[in-house]
Amino acid sequence: MTQFDRTELTLFAALPVLVLLSVLLPSWIVNYIQVSLGTGMVALGVMIQMRAGLVSFGQGLYFCIGGYAAGLAGKYFGITDLFALLGLGVVVALVTSVALGFLLRRYREIFYAMLSLAVSMILYGLLSSTEELGSTDGFNLPVPTYLFFAPEGETARLTLFAITATIVILSAVVLNRLLRSSLGLVNEAIRENELRVEYLGTSAHMAVHMTYVVAAVVSSMGGVLWALALGHVDPEMTNWTTSGSFVFIVILAGTGSIIAPLIGTFLLEILRVYAVELSPNTWQMILGSVMLLTIIFLPKGLWSLVQKTSPRKRFDPDTGDAVAKGV
Amino acid sequence: MTVILETRKLKRTFGAVIAAHDINIKISSGEVLGVIGSNGAGKTTFVNMVTGYLPPSSGEILYRGENIVGLPTREITQKGICRSFQIPQLFPELSVLDNVLIALSVADNPRPALFKTAVNPALEKRALALLDRFSIAQHAHREVGVLAQGIRKLVDIAMATVAEPELLFLDEPTSGVSADEKMAFMATLISALKATETAVLFIEHDMEIIETFSPRVVAFYEGTILADGRTEQVLTNDKVREFVIGSEFHRTEATAEEEA
Amino acid sequence: MLTAIAIAVDGLGFAAWLFLSSVGLTLIYGVMRILNIAHGGFYALGAYASAWGIGLYMQTGNPVGFAFLIIPVMALIAGVVAGLAIERGVLRFMYGRDEVLMVLVTYAMFLILEDVTKLIWGTDSYVAWQPAYALGTIDIAGIPYTGYKFLIIGVAMLCGGLLYWGLTHTRVGKLLLVVIEDREVSMALGINVTKFFTITFLIGATLGALGGALTAPEISVVPGIGAEIIVMAFAVIVIGGMGSIPGAIIGALIVGFARAASVHIYPPAELFSIYLVMAAVLAVKPYGLFALAEGRKI
Repeated sequence: MTQFDRTELTLFAALPVLVLLSVLLPSWIVNYIQVSLGTGMVALGVMIQMRAGLVSFGQGLYFCIGGYAAGLAGKYFGITDLFALLGLGVVVALVTSVALGFLLRRYREIFYAMLSLAVSMILYGLLSSTEELGSTDGFNLPVPTYLFFAPEGETARLTLFAITATIVILSAVVLNRLLRSSLGLVNEAIRENELRVEYLGTSAHMAVHMTYVVAAVVSSMGGVLWALALGHVDPEMTNWTTSGSFVFIVILAGTGSIIAPLIGTFLLEILRVYAVELSPNTWQMILGSVMLLTIIFLPKGLWSLVQKTSPRKRFDPDTGDAVAKGV
Repeated sequence: MTVILETRKLKRTFGAVIAAHDINIKISSGEVLGVIGSNGAGKTTFVNMVTGYLPPSSGEILYRGENIVGLPTREITQKGICRSFQIPQLFPELSVLDNVLIALSVADNPRPALFKTAVNPALEKRALALLDRFSIAQHAHREVGVLAQGIRKLVDIAMATVAEPELLFLDEPTSGVSADEKMAFMATLISALKATETAVLFIEHDMEIIETFSPRVVAFYEGTILADGRTEQVLTNDKVREFVIGSEFHRTEATAEEEA
Repeated sequence: MLTAIAIAVDGLGFAAWLFLSSVGLTLIYGVMRILNIAHGGFYALGAYASAWGIGLYMQTGNPVGFAFLIIPVMALIAGVVAGLAIERGVLRFMYGRDEVLMVLVTYAMFLILEDVTKLIWGTDSYVAWQPAYALGTIDIAGIPYTGYKFLIIGVAMLCGGLLYWGLTHTRVGKLLLVVIEDREVSMALGINVTKFFTITFLIGATLGALGGALTAPEISVVPGIGAEIIVMAFAVIVIGGMGSIPGAIIGALIVGFARAASVHIYPPAELFSIYLVMAAVLAVKPYGLFALAEGRKI
């Protein structure tokens, strides 16, 4: 009954590879992978919205909500259980996004971008000026525990990585389902022509709202995992420049596959480390130039190079991609 | 034949401009009727009002006895009133098949499912069958944006039929279709629609097409109905000849000159 | 009472600064339909150029009076050079593209401008307090205000007035208004849109740079001011209705007074009050107070 497509099989195959790598590779690289898995989740949130033609310039809001929910729960209530922290981050993001979604879903194009930016900056202003919430410096997070398991040292590091990788991979599989679901189809249709969507008999507002909430939830999970990986949160998480970098990743990677933003995030993270090392004052210039070149020469992102066949093969009965036989 | 749609004293103004007033039309199930009238006569405004795109300034729209004024477009579609567009409203970057698949998927689930895979072989089969009925199956895998206007028109109309409407409005189905292909185009269209029990109202400028395909005609003039009845009666009506067909004649001439 | 006066004066000061910093943005959007994130970059360039220029001049030991001239001159140079480079070098190849795409393009330009600024002036902070200090303070109801604040208010009114006069009394301006109000008609009338786009972009860029240049003497010019101003400018023009110049005035006043009120009543709310006001206005008026009309679709 359950059918997995090629993307999902690739994701499942990547999980043991990632876990194996975390044991083999030096810890600093593993750390970069882990951090980019966290931010990659936010990029996925941006991507599913972009499939509907909506550019969120404020996805940092939910990234930050996740991080702060986990951080504050640790700081004030001593909660260290990763699953509890994750659940908490998701609940806060869910409630916030359901409420804000009623406002956001009415907007498209640049207005969506601007309004999402504005609400993320409300949180930025709030956090940077509130002493109890750590002000501009933020605060540190505890080392996570897992139900009754409280590892230390090297084991703690590897456990957190394995759990992070598992959660991210599973989320990516679920989101891949979203792209192929009727909501996913409606989103593509909204990007192309919203008037027709309404005339087909469904609510574009509702589809946008649902997508917004799903994007918020994955982004908040990314925020929790990222914060635990770094052990620190600060208001920069919800600054618009952070949100801009998520948009950058999706533009660069493309929206063709759920895998693209995850790989894009990691490559960018590695690139950033070297670029900042070599020439700290030209990093943004490199980013900007790469983004410009991508927009002009690769409008569908780097993924369009990987994806050799037509992007429309999803529905092509001949390749069997859309109807891949189950395992 | 039962009356499925009835409009009563429908009126719409844009500021000081009266786009439509005193529109009283009854449409019965399964009937085919043509609507004629020069540009700005209120034809599209009428369709926009009935399909919920444009709220009427006053008046009632009764669909199977229920007043549907104020309902959003999607709910009117769900009730069984669909339309096509003068300028095809499609998803241009997607293939013809994708366009129809989305339409079918929405017709099946008006509330989109979050994670359940939408496209399956059965749905694709239905989509291809639909394209076949409109004689556009050979274009299934081409991107809509690059297709000729006539084919886009057919895709647009095919998409309007997926919800199996009881009442279908076709807004100038033959506009943009070249003069010598119009007849064949309409024949394809009407035969595709005959397969269903749909009542069809189509807006048309070409009197030859009106005479061939619609037993009943409604003539619009300056926002109101000038005549409504059997085609041969309406087309021979003096007022209609003077105000509607006369201008249509000039229009056709002008278009011909432009094209030449 | 004292608080009310303080809010009024500070609010006006903020509003003047916000208007100068955002009117170029709304002008460019109105005419070109480009929401120009690089506007923050123009602001930063103007601020750096002005602070640097004033610093160099003050080292010569000449009277401070001429330092006031350096401000507009530097703004003009920064705005025209950067504006020309971006408009001629990149944007003109992309006219007519999707608005969201243009946001992304100008975001890329913004990132590049940030580093150009760093490459020219480094990452140190620049201060050019002399002009602000030279104007002394003015007491209103016992509260001292810097005279420089009133200079900015004056300049904002002057710019607003000039812009109004330019748009209503010059040929170019009248045509620009036509383009803002009805793009399709203006294209059909055969207005040389490309030329107008270049002119508009240069005026907008220079106004952005002027906003930064005028602010330089009041602040410490550091990396990141461009990113800060652009969100505030968005708030201003989104509230007023993007593309509307009267809207920018109203937006600047609303945001300015909201910020001044929070500074005097509840300081921690200073930053987020701006965005809160923006979100509140948009919740009621989705496309701002003076939204541009959209065409019929079907």
